Amino acid sequence: MNLLNSLISGLSLGSVYAIIALGYTMVYGISKMLNFAHGDVIMVGGYMSFIMTMYVGMNGWLALLIAMAVCTLLGITIERLAYRPLRGTGSLAVLITAIGVSYFLQNTALLIWGANPRVFPSLLKGSEPIRLAGGKLIISQESILTIVAIVVIMVALTLFVNKTKAGKAMRAVSEDNGAAQLMGINVNQSISLTFAIGSGLAAVAGVLMCSAYPVLMPTTGAMPGIKAFTAAVFGGIGSIPGAMIGGLILGIIEIFAKSYISTELSDAIVFACLILVLLVRPTGLLGKKVSEKV
Amino acid sequence: MADRILKSISTRGLKNAVRGSEYKKEALISYGILIAGYLVLQMGAMMGLIGRNLQGQFIPICVYISLAISLNLVVGISGELSLGHAGFMAVGAFTGAIVTRVLENGMTFAPARLLIALIISGAMAALAGFIIGLPILGLRGDYLAIVTLAFGEIIRNIMNVLYFGLDENGHLKFAFNHEIEGIENSGRILTGPIGATGVSKIATFTYAALLTAFTLFVVLNIKNSKQGRAIMAIRDNRIAGESIGLNVKKYKLMAFVVSASLAGMAGCMFGQNFSTLAPVKFNFNTSVLILVFVVLGGIGNIWGGMIAAALLTILPEALRQFSDYRMLAYSIVLIVVMIATYNPTIKSRVNALWTKVNPFKAKDKEGDKDRKRKKSGKEAA
Repeated sequence: MNLLNSLISGLSLGSVYAIIALGYTMVYGISKMLNFAHGDVIMVGGYMSFIMTMYVGMNGWLALLIAMAVCTLLGITIERLAYRPLRGTGSLAVLITAIGVSYFLQNTALLIWGANPRVFPSLLKGSEPIRLAGGKLIISQESILTIVAIVVIMVALTLFVNKTKAGKAMRAVSEDNGAAQLMGINVNQSISLTFAIGSGLAAVAGVLMCSAYPVLMPTTGAMPGIKAFTAAVFGGIGSIPGAMIGGLILGIIEIFAKSYISTELSDAIVFACLILVLLVRPTGLLGKKVSEKV
Repeated sequence: MADRILKSISTRGLKNAVRGSEYKKEALISYGILIAGYLVLQMGAMMGLIGRNLQGQFIPICVYISLAISLNLVVGISGELSLGHAGFMAVGAFTGAIVTRVLENGMTFAPARLLIALIISGAMAALAGFIIGLPILGLRGDYLAIVTLAFGEIIRNIMNVLYFGLDENGHLKFAFNHEIEGIENSGRILTGPIGATGVSKIATFTYAALLTAFTLFVVLNIKNSKQGRAIMAIRDNRIAGESIGLNVKKYKLMAFVVSASLAGMAGCMFGQNFSTLAPVKFNFNTSVLILVFVVLGGIGNIWGGMIAAALLTILPEALRQFSDYRMLAYSIVLIVVMIATYNPTIKSRVNALWTKVNPFKAKDKEGDKDRKRKKSGKEAA
């Protein structure tokens, strides 16, 4: 039963990682940049939802929608102001700028909301955990919500990317930027759309994560951001199903390492697994192998 | 002969061959900056022109300059993105803390202790660099970056569960993931998440500046050696390098290990500047900070990185009057400077302005164009 409990909390944590990793992987796929500010967009989403419920007194679900809207706008603005001027100048310059944006978001949050951790009101406030098998198997409703959320998001995103015109345009841009432009695809718009979707999902991830682990600080997003990034690489960066599988596996590994090996070393174990996977499959689990031309 | 071929593959190597003064110029500027900076700060401190806060930053400035120089060996000269430099710094810092404490009883002459600690720290960090570099240097680009990030975090995590101490007989005791039994507080050296305690603080500004000079000496000499040209040739065109029989892995590993070792020494010096030192200090943010120095100074430009490291270490101090707003200001400066230096439109405008003001620069611009063409060719391939 203990094993099953760990598995479920691992799945729940992994779902959060997967939602964040989707944002990383989509942005990487389309603009070949590591968006290190993504983790901090999660934090902004968390704070927005916190303010809307605690100070404005909104319903949690409505607050979630507003947080999504704010983060979507934030994502588009960041891309427009900080990343677009550097497009095509090599990944390192954009990487450092992304880190600058990350510091900017963290410190702005620090100025507005202070360094004190806030207790986040859960989306499913007051819900009783479900007890199965004579009370031995305890599943919190938040876990179920997170797992349902990732399934819904996954299906919706796959449909969007494969069936709609905008989604096809996004795939075309990530395949070959120049050729897509020649085919009359508005590259700027596609990239903005990617950032919008990624950041909107980050808000969802932020609210779900804070519902399950209810501590909100300006640095809340940093570590999950790095872990989710690891998950995206684990699954093969640029691949949408890869991000989901990577996130889930990483979450499960982390919880198992925490409960069976050592709490202090759980992060080290997660990162060691990433390295092992990359040594066997250098482009991640589902990553495309890029052949090198002379 | 092989050396000649190497020179012709590497763009910068080619420039070296055509204009042999390039290396001398770089060395002259780098050492000049170091010596001038040292003299100015030392005089300023003696005459009381520099406040205590800034004086406290002298050793960190030297350490960060060393780190920027050593990371430049990997990022600039070898062309691989590393996000785990702070990990090697941590290895050096904690090795140094243990070594100096063990030697404390038998050796009273502090500089000798520091020297031995530096050598052992460098060796340990080199070992860590070798163990890490050996399996992963076959990975490319962003994948290598994420693996170095992962290793940096792993090293920090392991430091978090390491316990070292001296018992009453002066024997070194070691424990993993739990406190050591039967050791008094004064005997503790490393205590898990609290980190190194009771460090003797034997670093001084002069020693730190000497270490920076040593780092500079090593990196500049590598850059101008046959091996350095091989490393740069592989960076500029891996396939061409392989085709003339260069062992890609060997040269990449060499750059990585030397860089790690130098970072370890810098870490040792850094550790000897504080009486306590927690592993948290060496997290991802520190790795990024060092990378920021390198990128802001111009990737591969040794003295540019040195200036960036010095300025960015002083900047938060200088912004202290803005207290809460200083990190915000720092982040804005970072973003604006990055966009101003790398945006193609702004860059060409500035270059155009520069040629107008300074006609002698025209030659250099030619070289820039050549490099850019090569680079875009590489990306297309």
